[in-house]
Parts: sequence; C-alpha cells; structure tokens
Amino acid sequence: MSGLIDLSASQAAAAIKRGEVDPGALFDLYRQRAATDSLNAYTWVAEQAPKAPPQPSLGGVPLAVKDLFCTEGVPSQSGSRILEGYRPPYTATVVERLAQAGAPLLGKTNQDEFAMGSSNENSAFGPVLNPWDRARVPGGSSGGSAAAVAAGLAPWAIGTDTGGSIRQPAALCGIVGLKPTYGAVSRYGMIAFASSLDQAGPLTRDVSDAALLLSHMVGERDPLDATSLDFPEPIAMPSRRTLAGIRLGVPSELTGEGIEPGVLGAFQATLELARQLGATVESCALPHAPHALAAYYVLAPAECSSNLARFDGVRYGYRAADPDDLLSMYERTRHDGFGVEVRRRVMLGTYVLSSGYYEAYYGRAQRVRTKIAADFAAAFERFDFVVMPTSPCVAFELGSKLADPYAMYLNDFLSVPASLAGIPALSIPNGLASPPGGGTPLPVGFQLAGPAFSESQMLDVAFALEQALGFDGRAVRS
Amino acid sequence: MTPDFEPVIGLEIHVQLKTRTKMFCGCELSFGAPPNTLTCPVCLGLPGALPVANARAIHFALMIGLALGCELADHSVFHRKNYFYPDLPKGYQISQYDEPLCRGGELAGVRLHRVHLEEDAAKLIHLGASGRIHGSEQSVVDFNRGGTPLVEIVTEPELRSPEQAREWLTLLRATLRSLAVSDVNMEEGSLRADANVSLRAAGSSELGTKTELKNMNSFRFLERGIAAEIARQRVTLEAGGSIEQETLHFDPVSGEITSLRSKEEAQDYRYFPEPDLVPIATTVAMLRAAREAIVELPRARAERFEDEYGLSVDSAHLLAFRFELANYFEKVVAVREGIDGQQIANWLTQLVARIGDQDPAQSKVTPEAMAQLVELISARAVSAPAGREVLDVLVREGGDPASVVEQRGLGALHDEDGALEAIVGQAIAADPAAVQRVRGGNDKAIGALVGAVMRETRGRADGADVTRLIREQLGI
Ligand SMILES: [Zn+2]
Repeated sequence: MSGLIDLSASQAAAAIKRGEVDPGALFDLYRQRAATDSLNAYTWVAEQAPKAPPQPSLGGVPLAVKDLFCTEGVPSQSGSRILEGYRPPYTATVVERLAQAGAPLLGKTNQDEFAMGSSNENSAFGPVLNPWDRARVPGGSSGGSAAAVAAGLAPWAIGTDTGGSIRQPAALCGIVGLKPTYGAVSRYGMIAFASSLDQAGPLTRDVSDAALLLSHMVGERDPLDATSLDFPEPIAMPSRRTLAGIRLGVPSELTGEGIEPGVLGAFQATLELARQLGATVESCALPHAPHALAAYYVLAPAECSSNLARFDGVRYGYRAADPDDLLSMYERTRHDGFGVEVRRRVMLGTYVLSSGYYEAYYGRAQRVRTKIAADFAAAFERFDFVVMPTSPCVAFELGSKLADPYAMYLNDFLSVPASLAGIPALSIPNGLASPPGGGTPLPVGFQLAGPAFSESQMLDVAFALEQALGFDGRAVRS
Repeated sequence: MTPDFEPVIGLEIHVQLKTRTKMFCGCELSFGAPPNTLTCPVCLGLPGALPVANARAIHFALMIGLALGCELADHSVFHRKNYFYPDLPKGYQISQYDEPLCRGGELAGVRLHRVHLEEDAAKLIHLGASGRIHGSEQSVVDFNRGGTPLVEIVTEPELRSPEQAREWLTLLRATLRSLAVSDVNMEEGSLRADANVSLRAAGSSELGTKTELKNMNSFRFLERGIAAEIARQRVTLEAGGSIEQETLHFDPVSGEITSLRSKEEAQDYRYFPEPDLVPIATTVAMLRAAREAIVELPRARAERFEDEYGLSVDSAHLLAFRFELANYFEKVVAVREGIDGQQIANWLTQLVARIGDQDPAQSKVTPEAMAQLVELISARAVSAPAGREVLDVLVREGGDPASVVEQRGLGALHDEDGALEAIVGQAIAADPAAVQRVRGGNDKAIGALVGAVMRETRGRADGADVTRLIREQLGI
C-alpha cells in the first residue's frame, strides 16, 4: 500500500479508527524505512511494535523520539559517548503518556550531544544529513527527529527545544515544530541541558499533526516535575481559514540585519499573505531582544555545567580506564566522554558561575531575561502574536560553521528570545529559498510566538497560513 | 607578658529529619537497610530524573524555625552547591544559600545565624584496615542515606567554652527531640556538629582567625575536640605564631588534630538557584500547622517541673534540658502518687554519674526501681551511702532495690536491738584522742567517730542517729 506513506499522522490515526488501516502494517512500514535510514537520523530502531493499549486515541501511529528522552531498557545516550550504551531503568513521562495515548516508540533519533548545537554535527554518533540536500545539515539539536519526519522515516516525532532546537531544525527540514510554554510538558526523564529552558514539543509534517500530538503531551501537571504546570484547557484541533481580527507584530529587532535575503524575502511574502487572509500586520518593539543571544549563552552553559556534573564515571556510562586516582578518573572520563562543544559550554558555564564573576555574568543575564519577558508581555498587549523568521539562514553545508562557534551560535538569535521568555513558539515551512551563493532552493521557516498557554490559538493561526501557503514536502519523502 | 586569650566558638549543626521519605524523592529513609536498596533514579542522580521537595521536611524545618524563634521567610529558594565527590551523585548538593527558610533566632542566650534545608550525601565506605580513606584499597558507595532531609543550624560565634558548647548542644538536642522531628543521635549521625574555633585577646571585640573542626560524633568528643583546638591555638599564639584558616579533623582516640584542607584548597561551590525546583512559598496555613505541631519545649518543661513537682530551678533545668532524662524523671514520678520530686531529681544526678549520656530508659534501672529506692531512702529504711551502693548494683545488674537491700544486708541500722549502740561504744573506746578533742569543745572532731561507725556498718547507719548516740554516750 504505497499511499500509506502519504497519510499524515492524524490522517493515519483517523484511518486506523475507521478500520481502513492496520496499525501493525503502518508500524512495519515505518520500522522498515527507519531501519534502512541513510540520513543517520536514528540511533536505535524498535524490533517490533510494543503491545498497544486498548483503543488508543492516537491509534498506534508510531513515534520517533529524540535520543535524550529516557526510555526503559532502550539506549538513551543524548548523542554522547559518555552515555554510550546506557539503557535507563525508567521511561520519561512524556514518552510514557504518548505510548499510553497510542503513539508507540518507533525509534530513538540522533541529536547534537546533550542538545548543544544547531547543526547536529555535535553528535557522538555522526552528523544527520538534510533530506533536501545531503551535503547540508538538518539543523539541531533535534536534527534526527526533524530529518526523520521530513524524509518520511517517521510519521511524527518529539524533540526538545532549549534555544530553538525544535524550531530551527523544523525550519531547515521543511516541517512544523512547536516549543510549548515552559512547564506545559513534563521534563521528567529528559536528559537535561538547561533546566530552566528545556521543553519538549512535537515535530510534525503539518499543523494538525502538531496539535494532535501536543494535545497528548500536555494536560495535568506531572507530580514528578516540580516546574510542570496544568494546561488550562485541552488543545483544540485547528480549523481556521482566515486571519480576520488577528493582530501580528513584527519586531524590527529580529527582522532586519543578519538574515539571508532569501529567508527575508519568504518572510515578507508570508506577511503579505497574512494581510490577504485578514490579519493586521504592524511593526512592534522587543528592545532587549538583541541581547537575548548573549544572555542565553551565559544562562544555558551555566545550567549545563551543573546538569552535566553527574556524568563522572562513578555510576553509569563511560569511565576512563586505569585512572591514577579519583581526580584523574573525573578528568579523563569527562575529557574523553564529552565532545568539544559540550566541553566548551561546561567550561563557559563553570566560569560564569565562579565566585567573583557570578554577578557580572549570571546575575546580569537573569536581569536581561526578565526584561525580554517584559518586552514580550508589552507586545502581547497590542498583538496576538509576534512573528519573525525561525532561522536566519537556510540549511548550510556540513562542516561550514564548525570552526567558528560564534557563527554557529548566531543561528539561534531569532529563536532564543521566546525561549528566555518561556513562551510558546512555533515554526511552519513558508516556502523555499536558495542559499546565498545560489543552488537548490531549501526550506524556510516562519515563526510565531505567543503568550503563555496560547498554543491552541497559535496552531489555529498557523493552520490558516499553512492552508494558504500550500507548502509541499512530498519531494523528500519518496 | 602574653595577653590572656578568650575562646570564640560557633557551631554548625546538621540534623537528619525523621520524615517518612527522602528530601527530593519518594524513597523511604534508611534504618540499617541493606546497602543501595532504598534508591531511585532521583537519589541516584540518574540522567533525566528531577527533584520534588518533601512538604513534610519543609513542615519540620518551619517547626524548628518557630521553636528557635527564627524569622521565617515567606519566600525561600533552593540553590545548587556544586562539587565533585563520589558520595554526591548529581555533582551538586541541593541546599539553600542567600534565601534560607529561617534567619536569626536564639536559644539559651546564643543567637542563631540561620536555619536551612538541604539533602544529605550518600555514605562512602572505605574497605581496608583503617576504615579511613588513607590506606584503603577500595571505596564503595551506599546511596541509601543519599537524599535524607537535613536541616542545617548555624549559630553566631557566641559560645565561650567547650563546656558551654556541649551544654548548649544538649539543649538544642532536647529541643529537637521534643519537636519529634529527628532522632538527633550523634553516634548514629542523625545529629552532626562542626565547630568554628578562634581565640582573641580577652575583652577584644575583634574576631581572630578561625579554624573549622569537622564532624565530632559525640558530645564528649565535641567538648574534648574544642578544648584541644583551643589549647593548640593558645600554644601557637603564645609562641608568637599565627593561626591559619583551615579545616581540621579531631581524632578522639589519639586526641590529635590534623588538617583536612587549607584555605587555599577551599572550593568554589558556584552556587546558583536550583532551576528544577520552584521557590518555597510559606503560607499562613503552613505556619499555623507548624505552630500547632509544637508541643512542650524544654524551657516550658523546666517551668512545669518547678510548678508541678516543686523542683529547684537548677534541677528543673538539668532534667528538662536532657530530653530522655526528663522523660525518665516523669516516669519515676508517675510510679507512686505523692513521691518527692526533688529527691528523685537528686537521685537521678547519681544515676547520670553512673550511666553518662546513655538514655536511662535503656539502662537496667527501671523507673519502678528508681522510685522504690527513693522511697526506701525517704523512709530512712536505707541510708544515703547504702542507697548509692544499691544504685551501683541496680545499674550493673538490674532488679528491685528491696531485694538488693535484703540480699546484701544494706538495710538501715536503727538502734532497736542495741546493736548500733554497741558499735558506737566500740568506736568511742577505740579513739580516745578524738574523744578528748570532742570533750575539749572541738565539735568537728565528732566526725572521726561518726566515720568509724559508718565504716563499721558499711554505711547502713543513719548519720543523725549515730551522732545522737555518740553525744548520749559521751554525755554531752
Ligand atoms: Zn530516591
């Protein structure tokens, strides 16, 4: 049944419920595709479908899960050598909830080590290739999840977003990615990068799939995650066709310099489309947004330096052989077990928390964070959503930014403001654009950011845009 | 002339709370369970696991804060204290830093700096002869203890002697015991004390350089350790030397003090707010619940002992400030109505002299036996010296005092059958010199004659009886 691959996840779930599709056959199809993956999107693929719960609402449509979610008895390595072969004794809350809802685990997807990266080149298990152009990166850190969904190696996937790690790879691979409100999805069982920013979310073929998957990720707060929150109401399935009455704010700080012309062109075209659909589009101000990247690269490394301290070779994972003493075991285990980017951020984070520097870096960055949240709050008094491109560039060539960490960090400057504010943000594909030097057109992402818990309305607006945009990703799913 | 030095002592106390479960996970607390059986992803620091604060532990900490008269924060924050050690599975300890749950407070005139909540480390066991890390071939970790709720209590440096430090800690212990928030057992580690010690010129208000004495695991060692450190600093200063800021270990067996680490080796803990937890918002309901859970504190108990049993102020404090002793006292008093409380208090001092810091309820002397002994003495059926001998037997072997008196012939010798009169006669005949002095008006000399009678009767005679008989026989 060749048409099966063309069904979106929500279409497949509906077809299973109608009895038109056998969930076992669907699982086998995707299992087969995942097992023969040539993009290096997977680090582990299930042998067979787990036993399905009775009458699951998601029908049994299989789910690709980013490596850093703990899955009982299944390798969960967060893209790191230091966790090579590590199989946790428990499963992350969100993976458990989705399995109960009828989205069984299809496989674990490749990622940047400990979610630190924007290209998926920082994985101990090798880079993931972009299905639109295999010489290019899929984005990161949820690059495996994004590439798998784009290439039809998974009906849908979950990833995590700390400073853009769902939205940016979704944009670079031409799919939908949503970072929920901080606290909406339980972090229990997610191998942490930066606790105050990490948030799990869906990576899907379209907006309806994102809404359906998200509706089973949020809900009652998780008693195992002190920072998790009750979602105020169920996620509504999107249906909006026009944008009448919707007010979109365009922050001048995030829609000018540093963005590729092709990306900016696609963004302007989408704004015009939104106007045609009835939206009012006006410029707004996020005066502190230009400082977001600097604050982010203080706060996230600070938390990561502490979160990654547990990887010490004592209890699990990699341990350097024949150490001379305790200190040399720590040093060699962590030197050999972590990749270069992780070591860079651990050192950066250790430095900014050090006595005498704390106030100048961490304290200041926290104040910037507060101001950015206040900027957004002020914008949401006038606008329903703030919109900007997701990534300043289309997918870049493998290896092209590895030598320059700062150039790599700049990829995040459009996505970190929403992360710091803890608000939901979503990326939908809004066309193709050629990279600066010319060449095959590549996907571009359009980003919406909204007030806390505005996911349903945001998905609704994104749905209207999606219908009007008519983005077609079938070319890379064959 | 060397100046006279005055010790300045502060205590830093860690108390394991007696909650059902650990500080940040659902594992039960360990009481001798097999190693690594009370663990979970959270307290093992497994990847992805998250802490959730134990509401009961916060309740206990608020009770402690209220009992110690602290200012309770309506908003307090957990911080991460970062350092690497195998007993610390996350690579950081969740503790509190600049926004603790309680600040200030006072106990028996010693002001408190702060009281905060944190989690205990796991237990490192060094295999090998010494049991210490040096010379050990292998070290293993038992994570059962890891994550046990701890309250840290820090005093201002206002203690002035090792004895006072010990007394004060005893009172703190009684306070915590009466709150029923901890076993507060030093030997078992549910109460641990570090001491900051410095010397300064007497009368000066400046503080000298302090050293920190780590983990003294009994009241006796605490007192001896501080005394040894004061002596060490005094010798150094009197020889014109200076004290280095360092962390020290006191070995109670050798009495030696050794350096654990110097100031240069002090760690930078890189404290920052724990992002996995939300701040503690202390509500009015939480405060009310904590206040209502506090029963009788040692000071109130002492006052009640004065009122109810007519104890002297000193006796009331002595008993009430030692929790187990006070409980025991109340059991003895309850044995019989109308029993003399002050007499019991006096005899409990005798008991403490024999059993030290041991809980009297765990000794061989039952409250019934203690009550009976005091009654025998009050009824003058047993003399005071014989009573002490009976107590010796009870402490060693248990049993009831009447039988001990019977078996050992320790009953008071009264003069019903003339036996005592005869012994007095012999004493007078045996010491003419003393008789001479007594007759010459030296009343004190009568003591020699009384002493002789007492020796002869092995203390069973009543001193007043003996004195009366001597006077009668000498006709004075
Ligand atoms: Zn536990």
